[in-house]
Order: sequence, then C-alpha cells, then structure tokens
Amino acid sequence: MRARVYVTLKPSVFDPQGRVVTDALTTLGYDDVRDVRQGKYFDLEVAGTDAEQVRARVTDMASRLLANPVIESYRVEVLA
Amino acid sequence: MTVAVVVFPGSNSDVDAQHAVRVAGANATLVWHKDTDLGDAQAVILPGGFAHGDYLRTGAIARFSPIMNAVRDFADRGGPVLGICNGFQILLEAGLLPGAMVRNRDIKFVSRLVPVRVDQVDTPFTSACRQGQVLHLPIAHGEGNYTADADTMAALEANRQVIFRYVDADGQPCEAGNPNGSARNIAGICNATRNVVGLMPHPERACEAALGSADGLAVLSSLVHGLGVSSSR
Repeated sequence: MRARVYVTLKPSVFDPQGRVVTDALTTLGYDDVRDVRQGKYFDLEVAGTDAEQVRARVTDMASRLLANPVIESYRVEVLA
Repeated sequence: MTVAVVVFPGSNSDVDAQHAVRVAGANATLVWHKDTDLGDAQAVILPGGFAHGDYLRTGAIARFSPIMNAVRDFADRGGPVLGICNGFQILLEAGLLPGAMVRNRDIKFVSRLVPVRVDQVDTPFTSACRQGQVLHLPIAHGEGNYTADADTMAALEANRQVIFRYVDADGQPCEAGNPNGSARNIAGICNATRNVVGLMPHPERACEAALGSADGLAVLSSLVHGLGVSSSR
C-alpha cells in the first residue's frame, strides 16, 4: 500500500526557511502573503493490505524517525 | 586515560578531535560507528561533520548507529560525553540532551571565530575554565539555531544547564552577539546529571596558537585534568 507522511514544524517553532520564502514572495510583489511555513512529505510503499495496520506501522516510523517530535508534527495518510 | 572519538560516515572533525585530546595530554582512539563497545575509554567525543550526510535531519540517522547504544549506556553510568557541532546535534536527536536545532536564522552556513562565554564550570568539560570566561572559538554550521519548548527552556535555566552562550565583543549575550538566532544565545548545554555536554563551537579547532586561537584547549584540558590522569600519549 502507499502511504504519505506530512512533516511540519510545530506552530511554536520559528521557521527560518518559511521566513525567507515569505520575504522572497513579498519581493516578487505578492504583498498579500502574510506568512509561509515550509514542510516536507514522504511517500512510502509498504507491504500489506490492511489499511489500519499500515497506518499503525507508518505512524510508528514517523514518530521514531521521519519526524523529530521535539519540534515537528506529522500527519499520516494511507492512500490505498 | 583514553578518550574514544566516534567516527560516523561523514564525520570530518574526528582526527582534529583526536589531535586536540593529545595536545591536552591524553590518548584518543577512533571508534567506528558500527562498533558496539567503547573499550576502556574514560570519555567519549562525538565529533563534528555531516554524519550520514545529515540526510533527513542533522543527526537523525547517526542516532541509530550501533555505537550509540554503548554511548547511551556510558552516559547513563555517568561517563563524560562531549558532542561537538554535529555531535551535539546527534546527542539532541538521541534524546541524550533536550531540545532541537533548526536552520540558522539567516539561512546561511556560518563559519567564523566567535566569542563564547563559559556560564557554568561544574561539568567535566569546563572545570578548568573560569565562570564568565570568554573563549574565542570557531563555529561552522548551518543548523545551530537551538530551540526548546518553554518548559524545557525554564528547566535548563533553573538547573544551570546552559554551559556556553554566544556573546558580543563586550561579553554580553545580546542579539548582536548571536550568530545563528539560537534561543537565549545558547551555544552549549549539559544534561541534568551534567556529564553529557554538547556545544556548536569547535574547541578542537582552536587548541594551538597557529590555528588563530588556543582557547579551546580549556575545554579538553578540563576533561583530561578532571579525570586526574595525565597520560602517555
């Protein structure tokens, strides 16, 4: 099955990359942009057919490796 | 005494650290990250570099290297562990030190000599320093912007776990003296039991006058003299 894990900095953590992107967009004339938060996602191919089992496995992977829970949040989607 | 310097794929300050320990008067051996024991080492250094390419996050993969189980056991028994730069990032990912690093405030890799104040001297790596002493040490990192949640930050301050702070030319930990946006100008911290220390500046790259500063020797000399053994090189 395919799964996707979105990882983003927690709202309380300053995002220096997002700040630079915000500034760049403003420079390009998009002065309606108030804020940008940058994140990333992982696409995984996982053996198995049970969506809930795959979700549990991928959630474990996200909490142990893909995200750093000290500063990041994650969201798991099982795509079938 | 012998200091184990762990070598990860991508470490680049391992031999510098080994050399600096020798300059401070002790022996140092290089230990490969796939090894599972630290031999008879009396201290451990996780050196600077880009372990495992720093892919995913700095230190995120290195944390799972086989040697890290031995490092964790050694730290839990009270053994002195020093993480320098990437080594500090690895200690954070491993949970041996609290908090995390994000990209530098200005999204730039910063490589220069900076003044760093020693705020606490009751650790194995600062015992030969004076409280408030300012060391001139090189930094070279893209992710040295230390962050932690409010509770963690309060605990760090209350327990005097902030060991090093970036300061300006007057020795003040102000914005002008902060090279990377690090919270509270934090350059280095220790754990609650004070035997594990991490710092972003590179003391091992400033142990001889020919390198522009010999101030870093105070950090390694603290370790060597604190353990009370002067050695056979």
